[in-house]
Amino acid sequence: MSARAEWPLYEVFLRARCGLEHKHVGSVHAVDARMAIEHARDVYTRRQEGISIWVVKSADIIASDPADADALFEPARDKIYRHPTFYVIPEEVKNL
Amino acid sequence: MYTQGLDRPVPSGPEASSGPDTAAAALRFQARIDADERIEPKDWMPEAYRQTLIRQISQHAHSEIVGMLPEGNWITRAPTLKRKAVLIAKVQDEGGHGMYLYGAAETLGISREEMVAQLLAGTAKYSSIFNYPTPTWADVGAIGWLVDGAAIINQIPLCRCSYGPYARAMVRICKEESFHQRQGFEIMLALARGTPAQRRLAQDALNRWWWPSLMMFGPSDAESRHTAQSMRWKIKRFTNDELRQHFVDVTVPQADYLELEVPDRELRWDAAGGHYRFGEIDWSEFQSVLKGEGPCNRERLEARRRAHAAGRWVLEAALAHAQKRRLHAAQEVA
Repeated sequence: MSARAEWPLYEVFLRARCGLEHKHVGSVHAVDARMAIEHARDVYTRRQEGISIWVVKSADIIASDPADADALFEPARDKIYRHPTFYVIPEEVKNL
Repeated sequence: MYTQGLDRPVPSGPEASSGPDTAAAALRFQARIDADERIEPKDWMPEAYRQTLIRQISQHAHSEIVGMLPEGNWITRAPTLKRKAVLIAKVQDEGGHGMYLYGAAETLGISREEMVAQLLAGTAKYSSIFNYPTPTWADVGAIGWLVDGAAIINQIPLCRCSYGPYARAMVRICKEESFHQRQGFEIMLALARGTPAQRRLAQDALNRWWWPSLMMFGPSDAESRHTAQSMRWKIKRFTNDELRQHFVDVTVPQADYLELEVPDRELRWDAAGGHYRFGEIDWSEFQSVLKGEGPCNRERLEARRRAHAAGRWVLEAALAHAQKRRLHAAQEVA
């Protein structure tokens, strides 16, 4: 067990094709970044799901706390004037 | 592939705390579930929900890993190069499914090592279907057609499971599982349309895999004590008997197409009800396989233990190699 305990977890992100962003698909264990890429290839791209892989140690990801979700995101909720649909424009005005 | 471990009792223990805060949080949690929201790893969740998922997802992962064994048995003896390439790809997929699922379970706070240790110690279950042997090539066809077919019916509702990482893993798995089922049916079709000896192989495989496939859906609803809670939590969307009935309804016409006989004298079409009615499952066989007394229980577990012990040096060597590379890189910088 002890040997395996030292294999850290990496999060895997794939770019499906050029023009798209890398997207989180899952995680793999590996001894280093190079092996993490190899494992990510074997586990997550058996059917041409990606043309580029990012891996990052899971421990290095800094995430917001779900408990802070209200404090972080609630202020945007009542600012509907940030969306174009908030504004009433007469029908006859075109190209707006 | 699939686990049926939905119905094992939750290890009883008090919730971490049972004060008014927990009660209020539990109400909020259930409200989120009722509103069809997904639960993500760092969200608050009842301890029993966490434990139920850890058990179910890890058993599902173990099933994928052990599920590689019965079919792996035929890789070196596949009848053609095409069948061999397909079978290797399928078995590799099962390994991949195990990895997706272990990853999903790890988000709940259990480590990969703990899960593997539970499997090797025999304290974690895996689907009882993999404790049956694969003596003929037709078994590879029957597994793809029936076992993966049953797995798909079980797994499609899991794509809408309330726990996000599990649901996402299932979406990926279901896409790949469809190839497994179709290649299995194609093998059965080739045999069913082949020589009399090949037809006999196909019929014999159906005879042996039919009832164990029905058992994959788990105990009957009357016996299934945890279905209600799992359905309230939207881990489970349909009962065992509903899923089993659906499997029978879609599979019997496929057997008819193959002109093979489903080994159930009581099987009949109920036109009024719109379902096939089938005979009683031999639950004593199900229970004995679950208890470890199936034809291959010992062999499967020993194969996993052997692989783990024999592969240990690879884990250690990979780690040593990585450390050496890090050391060399540091020396070059210095």
